[in-house]
Amino acid sequence: MAPRIPRILPSQITPPEVYFSRRSFLTGALGAGLGASLGAARAAVLPGEAGAPLAFTFNPRESVDALVHAAGQDEKPNTWEEITNYNNYYEFGTDKTDPAANAHRLTTRPWSIAVDGEAELTGRFHLEDFLKPYALEERIYRFRCVEAWSMVIPWVGFPLATLLQRFKPTSKAKYVAFETVYRPAQMPGQASWPPILPWPYREGLRIDEAMNPLTLMVVGLYGRELPNQDGAPLRLIVPWKYGFKGIKSIVKLSFTERQPPSTWNEADATEYGFYANVNPNVPHPRWSQASERRIGAPLFHERQPTLMFNGYAEEVADLYRGMDLHRYF
Amino acid sequence: MTASASGRRPPLGLTVDQRYRFLYKPAVFAASLVPFGWLVLSLFGWLGFSAGVDPVKFLELECGQTTLNFLFLTLMVTPVRQLAGLPHLVRLRRMLGLFAFFYALLHFSVYVVLDLDFDWRMLGADIVKRPYITVGFSALLMLIPLALSSTNRMMRRLGRRWGKLHRLVYLIAAFGVWHYYWQEKRDVREPLLYAAVLTLLLGYRAVRAWRQKPGALRAESWAQSKLE
Repeated sequence: MAPRIPRILPSQITPPEVYFSRRSFLTGALGAGLGASLGAARAAVLPGEAGAPLAFTFNPRESVDALVHAAGQDEKPNTWEEITNYNNYYEFGTDKTDPAANAHRLTTRPWSIAVDGEAELTGRFHLEDFLKPYALEERIYRFRCVEAWSMVIPWVGFPLATLLQRFKPTSKAKYVAFETVYRPAQMPGQASWPPILPWPYREGLRIDEAMNPLTLMVVGLYGRELPNQDGAPLRLIVPWKYGFKGIKSIVKLSFTERQPPSTWNEADATEYGFYANVNPNVPHPRWSQASERRIGAPLFHERQPTLMFNGYAEEVADLYRGMDLHRYF
Repeated sequence: MTASASGRRPPLGLTVDQRYRFLYKPAVFAASLVPFGWLVLSLFGWLGFSAGVDPVKFLELECGQTTLNFLFLTLMVTPVRQLAGLPHLVRLRRMLGLFAFFYALLHFSVYVVLDLDFDWRMLGADIVKRPYITVGFSALLMLIPLALSSTNRMMRRLGRRWGKLHRLVYLIAAFGVWHYYWQEKRDVREPLLYAAVLTLLLGYRAVRAWRQKPGALRAESWAQSKLE
């Protein structure tokens, strides 16, 4: 498979200062204030609590302009305010605002990740060592929730493929499984009774999905460290799948021969499949997936058609050739 | 029927009639508009209120819940007046019911205008294909005849049938709670709480109807409707 995303030379790395000046040039409204009220200019304003800046390369393939051009519609990234105050992260509560209110309780340092299963290199790794070899890059991706709302998000991370290759998966490694941290003392949603979901949260990908160059390990947002409510310190983003596949605060990675369990599928297999590919033609049993509401769009024009594979069909449709997507939803 | 019938000395020198007309009804009217005011302030971000990142979902949910709250208040009138011995409370019931209808219309308008962006085809498909929308929409439709028949003239004209017609509110409330339960992705704790309260409200009536002679109940509800 020829990678569609070009490698970027160190000389092309955008320092954060330049990055943010570029953004302020784009929006012309940096410093417009934090209280972005309804109808206010949707500037990419970073509030004071935004984390430490990260050094990364800017990925031209998924730049704002390319997205606008590709989709033929306005696809400006959502604001920091929107991305960090409207989260589905049930470990911190089921309201969209619960994660922003509760996520500060989670300590993300020190952090370690266990790697096991069908690979030559396994063990427990400190987060810093886990991330060290990778050059970070920005990817602006559409984000489509199974609840039929969507955003556009400038993630910072590195391709999952480069991470997986490092552990030398064996020929038996057909799937990759992930697990979220389980800490009821720091995550009130995990402590509530009856359990909202079977904890810990688990997700998985077929190995070819995991190796697709679009699949991203995310550590940052808007050029800053990822906030806790968005899945710090390390989360998965699979842009052509519904958001719940993007498991957050990962502590375990396993190479498996069999399809691993995934939490929403375990919770209700009739409503949530293992694949969870964005597909406007396959409705959720209770609601349509044919269109979506873009958060932050003009109030009277939020709804827009949902694109096959969330607009990434060119890159990923081959993975599912010959599969009945109504059955494997 | 007037206050003198109660035989008690009226406070503030006002009759029951006057108290309801000049004090209680205006107060309840104003209080019933508080949720509306709060929604408007939140939508426009005034006075530090906020509708959050997704104002459409916020308005839908809050209008829907407020509708259920007013339906429940309406259903609370009978138990409270019977248990607390406040027969005149029934004079507030029509207003509470009409506010339930008002918030239901608001809820539906937000869904059609802001959520669906006036996509009538999608609205039709939702009503037909999405059972939770079918249920909610049915509840709204059933509220219409109740609102239209809430005037004194309609009450007189319908006579005995008015009480029968307005028992639809039990079904409407049940459909409303069902609609709320069914749209929830996973966390149904709040819809279940609403279901529990509704069970109490309807259970009270069922127990009372069972303990009384059917004839006596009908005569009483007829008398209630005439009180207004």
